[in-house]
Amino acid sequence: MPSPATISSDLYRTMRLIRRFEERALELVAAGEIVSGIHPCIGQEAVAAGVMAALRPDDLVFSNHRGHGHLLARGSDPGRFLAELAGRETGIDKGRGGSFHPSDFAVGVLAATGTVGHGAALAAGAAWALGQEGTGRVAVSVFGDGAVTQGALLEAFNLAALWRVPVVFVCENNLYATTLPVATGVAGTITGRAEAFGIPASTVDGMDAEVVLAAASEAVERARAGGGPSLLEFSTYRFHGHHTFEIKARLRYRDEAEVAAWQARDPMPVQESRVAPSLRTRIDAEIEEILDAAVAFAVASPRPDPADALAHHYATGLQARAGVAS
Amino acid sequence: MPKLSYLKALNRALADEMERDENIILLGEDIKLGLTNATTGLYARFGDGRVLETPLSEQGFTNFATGAALVGRRPVVEFQIPFLLMLVFEQIANQANKFSIMSGGQARVPVTYLLPAAGWRAAWGGQHSDQPYPMFVNAGVKTVVPATVTDAYGLLCSAIRDDDPVVVFAPIAALGVREILDYGDLKPVPLGVGRVHRAGTDVTVVAIGHLVHDALAVAEQLADEVSVEVFDPRTVYPFDWAGLAESIQRTGRLVVIDDANRACGLAGEILATAAEEMELVAPPKRVTRPDGAVVGCSPELDVALQPSREQLVAAIQAVMK
Repeated sequence: MPSPATISSDLYRTMRLIRRFEERALELVAAGEIVSGIHPCIGQEAVAAGVMAALRPDDLVFSNHRGHGHLLARGSDPGRFLAELAGRETGIDKGRGGSFHPSDFAVGVLAATGTVGHGAALAAGAAWALGQEGTGRVAVSVFGDGAVTQGALLEAFNLAALWRVPVVFVCENNLYATTLPVATGVAGTITGRAEAFGIPASTVDGMDAEVVLAAASEAVERARAGGGPSLLEFSTYRFHGHHTFEIKARLRYRDEAEVAAWQARDPMPVQESRVAPSLRTRIDAEIEEILDAAVAFAVASPRPDPADALAHHYATGLQARAGVAS
Repeated sequence: MPKLSYLKALNRALADEMERDENIILLGEDIKLGLTNATTGLYARFGDGRVLETPLSEQGFTNFATGAALVGRRPVVEFQIPFLLMLVFEQIANQANKFSIMSGGQARVPVTYLLPAAGWRAAWGGQHSDQPYPMFVNAGVKTVVPATVTDAYGLLCSAIRDDDPVVVFAPIAALGVREILDYGDLKPVPLGVGRVHRAGTDVTVVAIGHLVHDALAVAEQLADEVSVEVFDPRTVYPFDWAGLAESIQRTGRLVVIDDANRACGLAGEILATAAEEMELVAPPKRVTRPDGAVVGCSPELDVALQPSREQLVAAIQAVMK
């Protein structure tokens, strides 16, 4: 076990990396290098850092459209990840996953499906297979509050509980499904959904990485020990819009007082206060160096060759017919 | 020599493949008892770790299978009713079939979706009797529609061994077909390769699934007046265009008989491709279900909406004029 001080500084390092990565990515969106725009996870770093810190390297993660933090916390290479966001051939998915659907098998992130709520059954299936291996590996499914109104999520809860699979369901409740407030979209409670299937569930502060880590560790250990699935609902907030299109669209669905109240609970200073200033300065400098190199790598990477547009569609290498007969 | 039915061939393919590769698992509803008969005996033989009888959660267990596939399993998912494949169309076409490209080739999703009951079920109502395979062709999902016993066995084996998602449509009307064969002759049939069941020189009839047997009967019936070549694509995606081109090079004429609906159905695509890329000496014809056909409430009405031998005869005669 690492010392408490090391755990604190490691969490800080991960969170700082995510925050600064997202800020650099926002610059690249503004510069037109990331054409898709992004779903920034700024404000939610403590959940990504804390949950992923509870995992072993051989565990698996199923992410979603707001997944940058999850991949970075699992150890994805920031340069190849930024290149992916910028649609470059050097990206972790060769520019085919982009910001919305990044996966990185090297760090155990197997998918980031955009069909809200449907990733949970992917994770349950993978976790079932891991459970059969008997090596204690677990899978984590991360989704937002928008997922809890999908029937598919409940199907995943049912199968996972029925077959007692080693999966941890992580709900990042940032209070809005795009623009829809959770209170106007969700009847009952989020944890109550899991409890109905006999799945232990709790609501946890998602703005403190160490609180997140403690809760995630308990759920992960339960899964490893054969105790089956858990649901953790983390209360968190995204400081930016749902997607960078909101920079132009200027949608008004959150009042300024609410945003300010959550910004006052920014998870960064919470974690920063637990790290010695000299170490913090060193970590910050290291991260700037890593991200300078990452941005340089991403923008210098070659754009894909349009001739390769049909590549990788099929694992067997099948080439689809072209759209025009030759 | 033993006589084997199409349905038993599916069962045998599942058993042989599960015996060969322990990563193959089976999921579906009522599969322990083998409600459809495709999975009969497999639970007793392979047990809980390999045969997962599911609750009624099609979207859930379809994605569950994808998740298991991403970590090395090769799931076969059974569906009892054709339109259930539309309920899980998103999970197959938008998730399983896109994970290879969206991961830049990191992901493999070797899942087989087995529908051992495609098409018309007499008077079972409007929701049990569809043929939605053109939807999968449109989405670029590998799809097979075997017509014969040996092809049912061989294509199911190949679907299971393929590293991409593959949908297997087994037409109800073909399930009872029997073949006298040597079990040793049962072997994988490659995806994407068609089969000429009967050689001819005047017209190529492309027939899909159970309609291959109707086409062969019609070819025999017309043998004195026209030489009909019967081409069975076997795999509807990827389609054996080269095989079809070879056949049309011999005959110069084309009729397609397809149990799917007319607009944006498979027959339309075959005609369009032949018109664009192959040398036809006469305008081609197709025999299909009507646009947006709803069948399954009354046998008289249902039969009226499905392609018939009489319609095929008329179409062949029309292209021969």
